[in-house]
Amino acid sequence: MTMAKKRDYSLVGESTRRAIETGLASAEWYHTDVARKTMKELMQRSDGPAIRDTIIWIVAILGSAAGIVWFWGSWWIVPFLFVYGVLYGSSSDSRWHECGHGTAFRTRWMNDVVYHIASFMLMRNPVQWRWSHARHHTDTIIVGRDAEIAVMRPPDLIKAALAFTGILDFRYSLPTLVRQAFGTLSDDEKSYIPEMEQHKAVTAARWHMAVYVATIAVAIALKSWIPLVLIGLPRLYGTWHMVLTGLLQHIGLADNVTDHRLNTRTVYMNPISRFIYWNMNYHVEHHMFPMVPYHALPKLHELIKHDLPVANPSMWHAYREVWPVLLRQLKYEDYYLKRELPPTAKPYRGEFHDLDITAAAAE
Amino acid sequence: MAEWIQACAVDDVDEEDVIRFDHGGRTFAIYRSPDDAFFATDGYCTHEKAHLADGLVMDDIIECPKHNGRFNYKTGEAKGAPVCINLKTYPVRVEAGKVMIDIG
Repeated sequence: MTMAKKRDYSLVGESTRRAIETGLASAEWYHTDVARKTMKELMQRSDGPAIRDTIIWIVAILGSAAGIVWFWGSWWIVPFLFVYGVLYGSSSDSRWHECGHGTAFRTRWMNDVVYHIASFMLMRNPVQWRWSHARHHTDTIIVGRDAEIAVMRPPDLIKAALAFTGILDFRYSLPTLVRQAFGTLSDDEKSYIPEMEQHKAVTAARWHMAVYVATIAVAIALKSWIPLVLIGLPRLYGTWHMVLTGLLQHIGLADNVTDHRLNTRTVYMNPISRFIYWNMNYHVEHHMFPMVPYHALPKLHELIKHDLPVANPSMWHAYREVWPVLLRQLKYEDYYLKRELPPTAKPYRGEFHDLDITAAAAE
Repeated sequence: MAEWIQACAVDDVDEEDVIRFDHGGRTFAIYRSPDDAFFATDGYCTHEKAHLADGLVMDDIIECPKHNGRFNYKTGEAKGAPVCINLKTYPVRVEAGKVMIDIG
């Protein structure tokens, strides 16, 4: 057995060069066959579901914010902080995601408005992250290309655990916005944001920072923590659900492959988590067909599940499945979980994997 | 110089839809708008190599299936990130139930 090379997760390094050389970058990916007529129906956009969900979302955010203000100083504030935090720090991620794809609403400006609000809540530069997410879809979990690999190998389990608190993300996101507001983009950022768009990323960072400075000024003027508890800090105390659901998207699965069934996971979830997550638990389906709006993903899942690994029945099941894989990756970073396909499925497309990795796989 | 070729029959394309047409090593996308007019553009998205014929036609917009980049397929105008480069369009005419495009 030959030793595999260490992964270099920078987007301008050795892994990047290898991904481009081997054809892994911008490759053709496997898609389950779906008749054009059916896919057209699934891709159809409508404003209705997203308007309904957004009204519920806004009312719940404003209601829980009112509860925080009203019960400030008493223990009754706790449930309101819990709800507000999750809505602000977690559900904004799925709104950012869906509206970034432009699939949530049929009307473009509605997608754009929610996208920008959600980006602000997440402390994400809306320009930078639009491009990083495009790259994530082009080169999903391709080392050296994908800018959104949440858990790198070998996994840093302390870092992964701390992610639930939001501390690490906050510590990354805020300084990043400050740096960008001062006009500096990193080499990695420059590798996926086209030159003609880079100034827009700087402008967006300045707007975000202006709102944070204004919030701090109001907090000082009022001599109150309330403005900061409502704006900015939920990124700390409300991120846990985003991490809980989001980590499962790709963790412990293969990297450097061109078949989303190998590197992406679908997990059945409870209705509340699905509302918060806007059905992104159907993640294999989303990656294969990003044109399909969130509200049509359950239907798409039913249509193509014969060709996918069986979905994890719960988040608990998925984490139990992945935990031993992570432990093993601490010693053997090439190890990964290869989930079994049903007999009705077409075989995995793993040619790049076979070529590139000497890894062991768990089935 | 004009070079008119037959791309498809009128009935090959549904209303508010698109099909792929390959010719001479090139790929085109042939559109039928909701008001029953025909249009043609290059077949690949200008952002990354994805067939626009797998995308979604909405009114006068074609949305790329890979990153949801949007173009006006009548003018080729890129409508914003992640597409920044306009799409090349081609003159189209309909003759005796056939869709002809000028690829010259």
